[in-house]
Amino acid sequence: MAVDSSSKIGYREIDFLPMLSQEPSYPRFQLASDCSLLVTFGDGISRKHHSGVARLFELLRSEQHPAIRNIHPAYSSLLVSFDPLLVSPGEFETFVQGLVNRIDSVGLLPLRSVKIPVCYDSAFAPDLQSVAAHNNISIEEAIQLHSSPQYLVYFLGFAPGFPYLGELPARLATPRFPTPRVKIPAGSVAIGGNQTGIYPVSTPGGWRIIGRTPLTLFQVDWKPPALLQMGDTVQFNPITREEFDDLSKKK
Amino acid sequence: MHSIKVISPGFLTTVQDTGRFGYAHIGVSASGAADLISLRLANLLVGNPTQSAGLEMTLVGGTFEFESPCSVALAGADFGATLDGHEVPMWCSTYVTAGQILQCGPTKRGARCYLCVRGGIDVPLVLGSTSTHVGTSLGGLNGRALKAGDVLSLKAPQEKASGEPQRIKQHVLDSIGLRETIRVTDGPQMDLFSDEERSLFTSSQYQVTEEADRMGLRLSGPPLKQHGNHDIITEGVPLGAIQVPRDGEPIILFVEHQTTGGYPKIAAVISADLHTVGQLRPRDTVTFEFVSVEQAVTLLAQLEVLITTGSLEAA
Repeated sequence: MAVDSSSKIGYREIDFLPMLSQEPSYPRFQLASDCSLLVTFGDGISRKHHSGVARLFELLRSEQHPAIRNIHPAYSSLLVSFDPLLVSPGEFETFVQGLVNRIDSVGLLPLRSVKIPVCYDSAFAPDLQSVAAHNNISIEEAIQLHSSPQYLVYFLGFAPGFPYLGELPARLATPRFPTPRVKIPAGSVAIGGNQTGIYPVSTPGGWRIIGRTPLTLFQVDWKPPALLQMGDTVQFNPITREEFDDLSKKK
Repeated sequence: MHSIKVISPGFLTTVQDTGRFGYAHIGVSASGAADLISLRLANLLVGNPTQSAGLEMTLVGGTFEFESPCSVALAGADFGATLDGHEVPMWCSTYVTAGQILQCGPTKRGARCYLCVRGGIDVPLVLGSTSTHVGTSLGGLNGRALKAGDVLSLKAPQEKASGEPQRIKQHVLDSIGLRETIRVTDGPQMDLFSDEERSLFTSSQYQVTEEADRMGLRLSGPPLKQHGNHDIITEGVPLGAIQVPRDGEPIILFVEHQTTGGYPKIAAVISADLHTVGQLRPRDTVTFEFVSVEQAVTLLAQLEVLITTGSLEAA
């Protein structure tokens, strides 16, 4: 497994400028239900907004408030669900506001760089042709574009272990299918709009499938169960069909 | 052998407990019983801890053979259960002897019926819970619905049973009965909807469509329009959120909902009314009423007292 903790890619200096003075109406606190609080750090996807999400997530995990049931980080916001019979929504909001006031003090997060082998062979990439055609580029160019960037894992959501990666090169952006496929094979690497991700388990989905990884991204008995975590950097590494079959056998 | 054999599973029967928490940040939603109140009351009736694993039956129930004697209880919708041909009362503990067959049929009203057995269903814990997340094949009995021929082990109960049959008091049943008006609190994208749209939402009757399952309930009725963008940046979504996609027809996100989503949310079902959502079937109609968060929490606290304090009496 190619996880490199010594790499310095990921968060950069700019992410550690004091956050709270930047945008006047943010951070924003809203109760999304009678037992969940939504904290939004800014309007729009940006690494700066996201670093607020990542740092608040770390603070919540280290504080371990007994009423917390779940934490859902996303691009520029974080939802926390709690038991409102253990703490009132008002008290909980005050508690989280206190943490947000301290996020500038959260230090450098551990940085991991992960290489994901991907086979872009047509057997695994039924939509690669349509992605290339939509963007007026060749298949080779599409593979080159997709496998060059260092993507940030913004968060995991939608399905167990599914990483939301950013940013996809603009020349690969392709709309989702209006009607989702009933079943996307596990390990499929896909593009949806201007996003890219990997389906760790087989689920329905409307994104365009452009390849497959032999890696397992989610296993319930792993600790933690997901291969990737928020803040990781991911690079796709093109492999041949033979290499794919070899790596699959080794699992 | 302390076990139950599945003769026929019913339409969709899964092992459920009170949910799998703490893993939303890796995309795992809580799952658990769609009608938590009924599961908890059935567990109470057989002297189990509130979060013990039971069977959730949907629309049409299953037929089960008990290999050894035990105490069972049925709660939720009435599926016309019989034990060796004799009617089994709902909301009551019933003693079953070895070899007896419990047969559950189609629902008379409501979507789900819970069968709890003293000791609880014994399946491995997955990420701390025995709940089945059917959509991602996680937990319960091998991540799936029950099939004919399955044998479910039962855990041995902690203490000896008192032996006296119990039932839930009538005033409790009256309070938790099906309601047509579902109470909601403001959603985070309320300001994307005009006053007229909000009035339309609370004055209209919505019907549950056939596209209703543990992940969500699609409703049909007067569509709601929003100002500007239909999509918002993907953000975390809570259980019970009511999202409004492009076509304007609301969807109630339910126990197997995706942990994040990109549609505007006009409202969220209050915790105290989630069990009502768990009993909705296609073609049932609902209306919505906004309440404050304070009122919602008060209603939840009242419900909790109702089901945990003095809810049992001798049958």
